[in-house]
Amino acid sequence: MCECLETIFKKFKGKEEELIPLLQSVQEEAGFLSESAMRDIAKFLRIPQSKVHGVATFYAQFRFKPKGRKHIMLCRGTACHVKGAPRILEEIENHLEIKEGETSADLEHSIESVACIGACSLAPCITVNNKVHADLTPQKIEALFNKRMN
Amino acid sequence: MDLNNLVAEATKEWKELIKGDTPAVFVGNATCGRSAGSMDVIEAFQQEIEKQHIECNVVEVGCIGLCYLEPLVMVYKPGAPLVCYRNIGTKEATALVDSHLIKDTINQERLIGVISDTPQAALPELKDIPVMKPQVRLVLQNCGHIDPNNLNHYIANKGYSGVAKMLTLQPEDVIERIKESGLRGRGGAGFPTWRKWQFCRDAKGTSKYLICNADEGDPGAFMNRSLLEGDPHSLLEGMIIAAYAIGASTGYIYCRAEYPLALVRLRLAIQQAEEQKLLGDDILGSGFNFHIKIKEGAGAFVCGEETALIASIEGSRGMPRPRPPFPAIAGLWGKPTIINNVETLASVARIMQNDPAWFSQYGTEMSKGTKTFALVGKVQNTGLIEVPLGISLKEIIFDIGGGVPNNKKFKAVQTGGPSGGCIPAHLLDIAMDYDSLAQAGTIMGSGGLVVMDEDTCMVDVARYFLDFAQKESCGECAPCRLGTKQMLDILEDITSGKGTIEDIELLESMGDGIKKGSLCGLGQTAPNPVLTTLRYFRNEYEDHIINKKCTAKVCRDLKYYDILPDKCTGCHICFKACPTNAISGTAKQLHQIDQSLCIKCGMCLDKCPVKFNAIECYAGNKI
Ligand SMILES: Cc1cc2nc3c(=O)[nH]c(=O)nc-3n(C[C@H](O)[C@H](O)[C@H](O)COP(=O)(O)O)c2cc1C
Ligand code: FES
Repeated sequence: MCECLETIFKKFKGKEEELIPLLQSVQEEAGFLSESAMRDIAKFLRIPQSKVHGVATFYAQFRFKPKGRKHIMLCRGTACHVKGAPRILEEIENHLEIKEGETSADLEHSIESVACIGACSLAPCITVNNKVHADLTPQKIEALFNKRMN
Repeated sequence: MDLNNLVAEATKEWKELIKGDTPAVFVGNATCGRSAGSMDVIEAFQQEIEKQHIECNVVEVGCIGLCYLEPLVMVYKPGAPLVCYRNIGTKEATALVDSHLIKDTINQERLIGVISDTPQAALPELKDIPVMKPQVRLVLQNCGHIDPNNLNHYIANKGYSGVAKMLTLQPEDVIERIKESGLRGRGGAGFPTWRKWQFCRDAKGTSKYLICNADEGDPGAFMNRSLLEGDPHSLLEGMIIAAYAIGASTGYIYCRAEYPLALVRLRLAIQQAEEQKLLGDDILGSGFNFHIKIKEGAGAFVCGEETALIASIEGSRGMPRPRPPFPAIAGLWGKPTIINNVETLASVARIMQNDPAWFSQYGTEMSKGTKTFALVGKVQNTGLIEVPLGISLKEIIFDIGGGVPNNKKFKAVQTGGPSGGCIPAHLLDIAMDYDSLAQAGTIMGSGGLVVMDEDTCMVDVARYFLDFAQKESCGECAPCRLGTKQMLDILEDITSGKGTIEDIELLESMGDGIKKGSLCGLGQTAPNPVLTTLRYFRNEYEDHIINKKCTAKVCRDLKYYDILPDKCTGCHICFKACPTNAISGTAKQLHQIDQSLCIKCGMCLDKCPVKFNAIECYAGNKI
């Protein structure tokens, strides 16, 4: 078991109800949930590995591949949809040459979608590493990415 | 320390800030403000204030709901009313320090209104501007006015006086007060809050739980987020009162992980309340104990459903279970549990701070009080509003919302998220209360109002919601798991021009079956967006099926792009932009689109310079 997992485990009691927070902490630290991390979590909570897998795959938040250094989350909420989110996604995909759900080979970018960011009054919007970019147009996406997305 | 001492101290600090000798700027710094750049605005104020060597407090506040005017700033100068400004970027902030703080001139161009004790003719009052006038802000009274990170600001505005009053009453009397107020659940179903509490109070057992549902899963809704970010103590106060009424000593806030700022503010609020003995063991020396824990959601819409939410807190997959037994009898860890929405609980705090009649003076016979709505989509003034229940939809969209932008025609408004439905233009006079909305085939839901105009395709909207429901279906029961997939397939056929007229009937009968046969609220309501659009916009379905035309020009297979020969100058920009090389033509010559290669991405239309406007999108297919 790697050291970082051990430090995380120290903050938990080892009860089954802690599974989701534990998965969240591990993902926060490592960026994703690896096969071996989930095995260690199962051992730590003394529950079957299938339960860990079952829970992790149920929730949209968990990913099993690393995310990019610039992680883009696209809102697929209603307000964003009627204000042209599908077109924004297409523009981002074209720019980065990866699809929704993918990470680029150099681990620079990844794209995911979320149900709603909660900035619906400024739709359509995305977040890049948790910073919200709102009121987007295809043109603004171009500018955003040409600035190398800082 | 008892509450009176806290109040005295807090009131002093608050009065100093808003009526004292030092000027102050208040910057709206919720998620909406931040997306418009409020963090930079705060920094700009601080830098300029330091540079100019003046004394001025810079205070971070929540959102007053005028999201379309972000970043929002209020400026206080001793002896003058509070002035509220719109669209203040870093440049404007720097300029305001000089013009307003030093030279006392009001920037008329960016002025929204003022807040004053004695109204003056020269300056409009904020509460009288058209967006604000029909609103009644009870639940949102503090949002955008107080610093959410400062407990004293909350206490100075009647905060925790509801808890103090509660401690003088028996739990049954607290329930009685909520009954008198007429409060119904704000999370969707509108069940009378007192009755739910009474079930739980009457349930046997000593350990009971209270859960606050802050999952806010409806896409296109952010009422709860705004409240949590702008006034987190209101929720805590409501929870303490609810817990006392039902007899719970532990509470959970189940908050979605997509709201990082709300989570930060909640954690801080809990810590502050615990330090002052407003929360935790022996609250205000009364012997009553109540502890609140936060659980972060992990991105599953179905976890907004009560039994799924409970499963999720227990550390399992968020799968609903059949009811009864209802959670009020057997919920978390099998113990009696009450689940209430954020806004319901914040309303409880307000009712106890004031009195039941104060709350029930607003609203209608069956729907008392006020309701917050997230007004978004194709509407001029997007943002968060709070209105008395029973107000007409027309007032919300046209008086408060300012109508549809760009002279487009209003088509419909969607209420209740994926569980709700669309209300068409001819029902605009409908009263916004639980029962009228149900009659129109939709629901109040949690309060998302997405406005749609002539450029919105209602078949696409129905497809969008079904796609959402199908992806979010937990897969436990067959009607929901398989039924939504079948309906989605049919809708995809229709939006891509492969639909048949029999599909309409099939959609209706399947929708009916799924509603009747599903285990939980997700499946029981998932067909609603399809059924209401079929009821009010059947002609659009027929247009897609029979004429193979999407009049709103949304559905890709039922529209096409073309170049206008008299406008094209052969600038070659669209030629370079086209990803499929469907455009031909040499520089300075008329360009053409090869329809067989065109994937209708619209890139050419976006890129064609406005001065030429040489590309048009048409409904149907070019023959
Ligand atoms: C699929 C589904 C999703 C729901 N999502 C939410 C939600 O995000 N927030 C919420 O408060 N209630 C949601 N509800 C309603 C809750 O189950 C529950 O009725 C509500 O939280 C009760 O609180 P109230 O009585 O204060 O309204 C959802 C229900 C269903 C069936
Ligand atoms: S719909 Fe996109 S932020 Fe809510």
